[in-house]
Amino acid sequence: MFVSTGFSVASLFVVTVYIWLQMTKIFFHLTSPAKYSTAILLYLSRKYNTPDHWYPSDIQKRAQVDEYLSWHHANIRANAPKTMWIKVLIPLFTGQPLPSEKLQEVMDGLSTSLKQFEERFLQDKAFIIGSEISLADLVAIVELMQPVGVGCDIFEDRPRLMEWRRRVEDAVGKELFFQAHEMILSIKELSNIQIDPRLKEQLAPVLLKMLK
Amino acid sequence: SGLQIFADRTEEFRKVNILMKVPALKDGSFTLAESIAILLYLARKFKTPDHWYPSDLQKRARVDEYLSWQHVNIRGKGSKLFLTKVLLPLLTGQPLPPEKLESVTEELNIVLNQFEEKFLQDKPFIAGSEVSLADLVALVELMQPVGAGYDLFEERPKLAEWRRQVEEAVGKQLFQEAHEGILNAKSLTADKIAPELLEHFKHQLLKQAS
Repeated sequence: MFVSTGFSVASLFVVTVYIWLQMTKIFFHLTSPAKYSTAILLYLSRKYNTPDHWYPSDIQKRAQVDEYLSWHHANIRANAPKTMWIKVLIPLFTGQPLPSEKLQEVMDGLSTSLKQFEERFLQDKAFIIGSEISLADLVAIVELMQPVGVGCDIFEDRPRLMEWRRRVEDAVGKELFFQAHEMILSIKELSNIQIDPRLKEQLAPVLLKMLK
Repeated sequence: SGLQIFADRTEEFRKVNILMKVPALKDGSFTLAESIAILLYLARKFKTPDHWYPSDLQKRARVDEYLSWQHVNIRGKGSKLFLTKVLLPLLTGQPLPPEKLESVTEELNIVLNQFEEKFLQDKPFIAGSEVSLADLVALVELMQPVGAGYDLFEERPKLAEWRRQVEEAVGKQLFQEAHEGILNAKSLTADKIAPELLEHFKHQLLKQAS
């Protein structure tokens, strides 16, 4: 049972900026200050006084958001984006075919993280901190849409996760959700882009190193 | 008030923390893992002096910025060096290949440069003129490679000065006490480590060593 929240203008602004940041992160990954996007999200939430549920004033609920955000970095965030690198971006820049064992490795790592996500963070609750959506759910879903965008549907065999995703989509607003993820969901079309060979040459070794 | 903090992996601890990670906090029926979440919770609960997690939005954002970056960087590379240098030889019974050590050291140096250039810059502390949780977390993580025998402060005077200032702010004695364990890590032998802990590290190393 969860509470459907009205979506304030401040919330809309913060959510849109955050999702935009995640999108640009993919392209600026190499120079990457956008790794601090959770810091930016927190800053914006405070500055624009977004509704309490995003980062609750109750210190235990807030601690649950912090706990998720902290764990997220070395787990979901360490694996989910790699699917995109391996399936689309690296082949695009290096001209090398997809290394299948690498993808399997990443998917295995992601599976482990998803199991922990469901057992420790989600459990039987509607959202990570309970009955209301928070920054934790937002941060999680944006990362988890990346494998979906490249054809690795991690929600397919995970009904509990799928239900959570539906609730997040509803809370954020289906239209906004899909607009924001349009770029991610059409990332496969990037494969058709022609890239300057000099740029390819420069970036290929860096990208391959990132895979390690 | 029933506030408990677990710093080692006993059976009781395992019940509190499915993730099996130290440290963990138990406050009545409320449990919490992840050191950063715990620090923030304690700072709020005990209303610690403002500088630890400043109420000024921009200073606070600097702290958050560091805390979010450090996971895969300082923390990630620091612990990788520690695991590789101290635990890998213990687990495999083989001496460590020099190229392996060289490459994890290089990875750490890259993030140390980023730390100095992006986060510290010319300021005494990460958030500015006062010590905060960011400095505390940073220094604690940096003690891991030091405990493994890699004195990263030796050729980095700016970092050494920062360390001195953080120690002073925290209190030298408290600092030494807190780091006693890690600073004696070099003399660690396999029999001193609980078997399930050894298994856990083996697993982590295999993940990281690739």
